[in-house]
Formats: sequence, structure tokens, C-alpha cells
Amino acid sequence: MARSARRARRERPVQGAPTARDFKGDVSPDWCAGCGDVGVLNALQGAYAKLGRGNHDHLTVSGIGCSSNLPGYVKTYGMHTLHGRALAVATGAKFANHELNVVVTGGDGDGYGIGGNHFIHTMRKNIDLLYIVMNNETYGLTVGQASPTTIVGEQTKSTPFGNLETPLNPVAMAIVAGATYVARAYSSDGPKLAELMYNGMQHKGFAFIDVISPCVTWKGGARVIFDYWKERVQYLEGHDTSDRAAAIEQAVKTGHETQLGLFYHDTSRQSLDEMEPVLKNGPIAHQPLSITQEQGDAIVQRMM
Amino acid sequence: MAKYDFAIALGGAPGQGIETAGESVSQIFARYGLNVFTYTAYQSLIRGGHSFLTIRISSEPVTNHGDKLDLIVALDRGSLEKHLPHVSPGGALIYNSDDVKQEPERDDIQLCPISYKELTNDPDRNKRMLNVCASSVALQLVGVDLSMLEDIIIRAFLKRKGQAVVDANVAAARASYNYAAEHFTPFDVQFEKQDPPLAFGSGNMLMAMGGASAGVKFYAAYPMSPSTGILHWMAPNARDLGIIVRQCEDEISVINMVIGAAHTGARAMCATSGGGFALMSEAIGSAGMMEIPIVVVNVQRGGPSTGLPTKTEQGDLWQVLGASQGDFPKIVVSPTSIMDGFNTIPELFNLVDKFQCPGMVLTDLYLAEGRTTFPPDSINWQPKIDRGELITEQGQTDGEYLRYQITDSGISPRAIPGTPGHMHVVATDDHDEDGGLISDEFTNPHKRRDIMEKRQRKMDGIAERLPPPTLEGPEDAEVTLIGWGSTHGVISEAAAMLREAGTSTNHIHFKWLYPMDEDAVNEVLAKSAYSIIVECNYTGQFARFLRGETGFKADSHIRKYDGEPFMPHHVVDGARELLNSKTDLYVPYQEIVV
Repeated sequence: MARSARRARRERPVQGAPTARDFKGDVSPDWCAGCGDVGVLNALQGAYAKLGRGNHDHLTVSGIGCSSNLPGYVKTYGMHTLHGRALAVATGAKFANHELNVVVTGGDGDGYGIGGNHFIHTMRKNIDLLYIVMNNETYGLTVGQASPTTIVGEQTKSTPFGNLETPLNPVAMAIVAGATYVARAYSSDGPKLAELMYNGMQHKGFAFIDVISPCVTWKGGARVIFDYWKERVQYLEGHDTSDRAAAIEQAVKTGHETQLGLFYHDTSRQSLDEMEPVLKNGPIAHQPLSITQEQGDAIVQRMM
Repeated sequence: MAKYDFAIALGGAPGQGIETAGESVSQIFARYGLNVFTYTAYQSLIRGGHSFLTIRISSEPVTNHGDKLDLIVALDRGSLEKHLPHVSPGGALIYNSDDVKQEPERDDIQLCPISYKELTNDPDRNKRMLNVCASSVALQLVGVDLSMLEDIIIRAFLKRKGQAVVDANVAAARASYNYAAEHFTPFDVQFEKQDPPLAFGSGNMLMAMGGASAGVKFYAAYPMSPSTGILHWMAPNARDLGIIVRQCEDEISVINMVIGAAHTGARAMCATSGGGFALMSEAIGSAGMMEIPIVVVNVQRGGPSTGLPTKTEQGDLWQVLGASQGDFPKIVVSPTSIMDGFNTIPELFNLVDKFQCPGMVLTDLYLAEGRTTFPPDSINWQPKIDRGELITEQGQTDGEYLRYQITDSGISPRAIPGTPGHMHVVATDDHDEDGGLISDEFTNPHKRRDIMEKRQRKMDGIAERLPPPTLEGPEDAEVTLIGWGSTHGVISEAAAMLREAGTSTNHIHFKWLYPMDEDAVNEVLAKSAYSIIVECNYTGQFARFLRGETGFKADSHIRKYDGEPFMPHHVVDGARELLNSKTDLYVPYQEIVV
């Protein structure tokens, strides 16, 4: 594919309400044909549009992996950071300018494996971010090893005799760790996914969506993996999303089916950025840099 | 008042209030308007073990803890036994006579036994006021007014512990002061109050203050000795100064948060020690690749690994120079004094903002936890601030925006997220001018070469701006001492001592370490005589670095790696021995063991 050496990135003036098309990036996804991540990308563009803000008001942050290439495919400010570190970078960015809508995207290896420590602690902090994990239960970009969510017994390049380790349960983990909006979605159900994303962006606090996003290359092919999921996914019914104990109960359920939908939504807790008095005067990125002579004199006075 | 140079040391077990007493006595001298340098040798324990705090007071500017101890205060028997030999002849030793069965044997010093029981009637086995009693005696011996100590006691205890504790401590201080006046001979040196009173602070505090003056708005940290002092300054001052301060789950999170905040437009900084810095390495390279300006402080302690958590060393030079994979622009600076630590931070922020790269401050426990006096008006709270080519508003570029535009200087105007019309993606993968990845399916060797050269061109601009070291002392000297960073004060004093004793000596000291302008540095090094590189590590990290950058090979070396900092006589003795022998390495013997 020939690309022009100097490709302008212009923000087209949006006529009327923005549409998903306005959030289409300049680069086309390099994902495999049929990849679940395409559904996530489309839903995200729709959710951004529905929010109604300008493209420059969004920051999309990712780590490294197939799905982490996403920021290049949406028309917002983007950061394609180190493997596993997107949540930490996004936290810093949100603190610097809390008026931005900051969305973090990535995969299961990036978020639950190498980034596991940040995953737990960012949820505990309950900072206002939306974190979308495209969970395909494999390390795709490194050509198909077991990931933290690979099921027991599965043969992969790194587990040729079958995976011995129990997969982690990201939804249960999120509820326990302190996330205040916790959902699971399926990449093939675009409208529902977009709705969960939109609501996650609106939520003040840490919103987390574990998206089943099947890999068509390392899971036996598109037909096999989509058939596998199609008969397993089912939406939660009659569940009270404000009940934490009930949410945990649903999240730890085992069996043939995988539950989808909003597990937990806590609107009672303030987000970390809301609790931070320093942000009351507006984004720190816009504050004057120097401190005043009076402030400085007071500091020195305390040293005397 | 005539010239003087006097040192008081306090030894005791942690928990006996050595730090509090040392801080208070130092502050009293600061209020007297006298030059003070304070250093504590201690261990990585909360209770148990031993710590030894030296307060040097001098009529001259004082940059290190010096060579001699005129007055030692031993708060426990262990300190008494350990430090009895360290009192300079003609000096004095204060100790609690309740603790000792036999009088210490030294007939060339004044023994000043005090009985805690008799002075206080305090039944508490912990002897909580012993530090106050002993400090009071010490102050009496050097002619300081008791009211100074009383003020400090009131300030320290009234709010937290109430009037009863204040009264008990003031009574103990008075009884001790009067006892000393009746029973001991005062020193010839009797300090007099001078104007103006001075402020007193540590290197960590001054680096944090330097950050505040530079406009740091985001500071993140994971606690790690000996860098924690910066966090402990930032945290309580955060709300007054409008700084976001976060404690993170690990140093990887620290640096990545700093990168996120810096990219989004805040001046952002973090500090750690060697182990934490190792965890930050990958992200430092990502700041280089994404061209995000950050400042990282590495307060070195003894390595390798967990090493010596409470001891000093200059052992991380190669780690910092080599941090992260691949080539990318970076700046490494090593402040030469506590006050220089303050000025270095805004200087470095201007450079990293202009050149959009990581900047690393390499200092060590000695300078960061060392404390000094300074005139209150010597702090420049309004340093020059230059944010470089920063785009924060729509219309600053006409239509087309390329985040990594190829320019002659290598600097590409930087738009911060939230600015209309300048959307782009920054990436840790290598990328094209517009931020598009050039790895994966698009790999293009010509684009890679162009963007690599663009980034590295920034190094030329940086090198031009970094001042080369200067030669201090006579040009036609017999010996040249060469050092870097925190050892400036001690080497400078050693050079003066050598000159006084008849060995003509000069001194070349490096603050800005990388990038190094080879020609400018060689011009200075060409003036050196018999050259000795003085540094606080085993392998001569700076000597090897300097040789690599300039081809300069020093004649000999003085290296210390026992955890304790250089004292001036270590350098003097080393220079003499190296001049008179065929060896090219001198390792000083550390006399005071804590």
C-alpha cells in the first residue's frame, strides 16, 4: 500500500452532530480479515460520535499488541505507549487535563499480563477513564502463545501439551479491585457494545469493559472461534447492577455460558480526579507555571 | 569574630532522637546566621543500629562535613565506645554518666559526663529528653544562648505534645545548661549571632523547590531511599502550589504517569534511586521515542541491587547513560552542590522542553540528604521558563500539522492533546513525520533513517548549550583533581589544603555530563597537569566515560566505594601518595564506622 510521505491530519469542521465516520482514522486497520477487534473499533467510533464532542477532546491511549494499534485507526489524539503501561500513561494524561475524555484500549496480554499491576491499582484509584480490553485469549502479535485468559488445556505455541494454568477472571477482579463500572461485551454485538462504551464514557470513575474479541488466526479459524462463542454468550437478565455482592456472584459463575452486559455500576463514589482539590481551578496543563514570590517566601520562611 | 571551623557530632541509636536533635542544633546555628553543613550516617533500620550526625559550622562557606570532630555527643554507650577515638585532640566528649561504669580514657580531650537521672528526675527508661540535655550542654560549651534551644523546643512540641512536655523539656534543657556552665570549660570558639539569619534545608528539599520554581505540576513517586525526601516535600506543599502528587504502585507506573502528564502539557517530574531507575529504563526510552519532555532524578545509593539503602555512591553513571534500548536524545546532569540542585531543575526543564527529550539528574545520598544553610534571598523563585515550540491553540499552524516534522534542528513543534486542529498519535514504535508507524507492514529504511537522524540532530543543539567545565585554581599547577557531581565541595577544599601545604593544585569539575562537547571539554582538559580523577565508585565509571567521550586518560585515580562520602583529607592523602608512588589508584580508609 503506497502512502503519501506527508499526510495531512486535518480536523474536518463537523457539520451538525458528529457521526461515527468523523472518528474514522487516516490509517486503515492492519488486522486480519474478520478480526473481532474491527467490531470494537466501529463501536468505539460510534460511541465517540454519540458523545458529541470535538475530535480533539478525546485521547485514545493503548499499549502494545494487535489491538493496541487502535489509536491510529480513530481520529482523536492518541498515544501508542509501551507494552502494559497504557493505564499509567492515561492516568497521568487525565490528571494533566481532566477535561479530556480519555479512553484506554488494549488486549488481554497487555492489560492482564504485563500490565496486571497497573490494572489492579488503576481500578483501586477509580480515576475517570474508560478501559476497553479486546480479550482474545491469546498473544496474537507474537504469533499465538497462551495469555492470562487462555483456558485450561488449550494447546498453544507456548503450551504444546495443553495449558496448565487457570485463566484469570477480569470481570470479577475488576469488581473486587474497585472499578465502579464493570461490563463484559461481545465484539459481534456492535450496538450493545457501543452503548456500553458510551455509558462507560459518561460514567465518572473507572469504567472497564472486557470485550470478547475472537482471534481468527490463532484459534482454529474464524468459523471455529465464532461458532464457539456464539453459543456461549448470553446477556445477564434481572440483575441489579448496583448490588456488588450480586455482581461478584454473577462474575464468578462457572459453566458453559459466558455472561454479558453490565455487571456492576457504582455511582456513589467520587472519581479520583473529582476528589483532587488541585484540579478545581481547571486542568493543570493550563495553569501558569511559576509559583509566586509570596508562595516562595513562605516556603523559605518555614525553613528558618 | 575570627575565622573558625568547628564540628559537633551526635551519636546514638535510632529512636533516641539524633535526627531531631541534630536538626534543632543545626537550625539554631542557621538562626545565628552561621554557615552549616549537616550529614547523617545511618542504617536502614527503624529501631536498633546506630546513627552518627555531623554538624560543621564554619566562618567560610561550607560544602561538606569536614575532617575533624571538635565535640562529640554520645547518647548511648555504643556511641561512646565507638567514637571516643574520633574526638579531635583538644575537643570534648559529652556522655551520660549513668550509662558507664568506667570513665572513658582520653587525656587530650575534655570529658563532659552528665547524669540524666540527676538532671531530669525522669523515671522513663527510654530517656526521651537525653537528646535535649546533651544538646543543651553542647550549646553552652560553644556560647549559644539557651533561649535558642527553648524556642525550638516550644516550636517542636507545643502543638503535637502539649504544654507539659514543653515544660519538662525546657526544665531539662535549663538544668543541663547550668550544669555545664558550672562544671565544664567552654571552647575557645564562642559563637555570636550574625545577620541575617539563614534558612536550612536538604538537597532533596532544594531539588523539590527547584521543581516548584520550574512550574512542575505533576510529581509521582514510589518511596525509595534516599530520594523519598523529594516526595516528602512535594506531598505537603502540593495543594498550596497546585501540584498533583501521586504515590504509585511501582516505578514503572511512576514514569509512565509522568510521561502521560508531560505529553498532555504539564511539566512533570519524578525521583527514585538506582533500583527504581532500573524499572523506569524502558519508559525513559519511550519518552525519547515519543519526544516527550520529562525530568527524572536518580538519587544514587550504594549498589548493586538493593545494595546500601542508606549509604552514598556515584555508581549509577553507566546505568543512566545506558538506560533503555536504542539511541535517543537525552540529557544527563549532576548537580555540584545542594544549592546547585535547586537551580539545575529549572535549567533542565527548559532544555528538555526545548529539545523534547528525557532529562536525568544524577545525584546521590550525600547531596540529597546532606543539609546546608543559605541566605533566604538567594533563592530565585522566578527562573527563566522556556517551553520551546509548544502548540496550545488552534491556528498556530496553518492547516497541516506533522507532529514529527523533519527540521534542521531536529525539533518539531509539539501540540498538546486538547488543542483543536492538531490531532496526531505519538507512538513508541518508530514512526513517520505524521506519527504513522514505519514498522510492521510499512517498514521503510529511508524513512527510518530520516526520522532517526532528525531525532539525533537535537543532540547537537543540546551539546552547544551545555557549558563545559571550568578550571578552578592556578593554571600552572602541579596536580589537577577531576571530579563530577556531588564531590565538588570536598575536592575543592582538598585542592585548597594541598595548595596551602605547598602542592600547587587545580580542579576541573563536571556538572553537565551528557551530551559532551568533545572539543570544548578537551580544551579544558588540555590545561591539566598530573591528573587524578576522584569518584565514589569501584570501577572508575566517570574515568571510563570521559576517556570514551574525549580520549583523555587520567594519570591516576582516587576511588571510594565503602558507602561513606569522601572527607577532604581522603583526597589530600590520596593525591600525596599518588604523587610519590608508582601506583595509579588510591582507595581511602574510612576511619569513622557507623
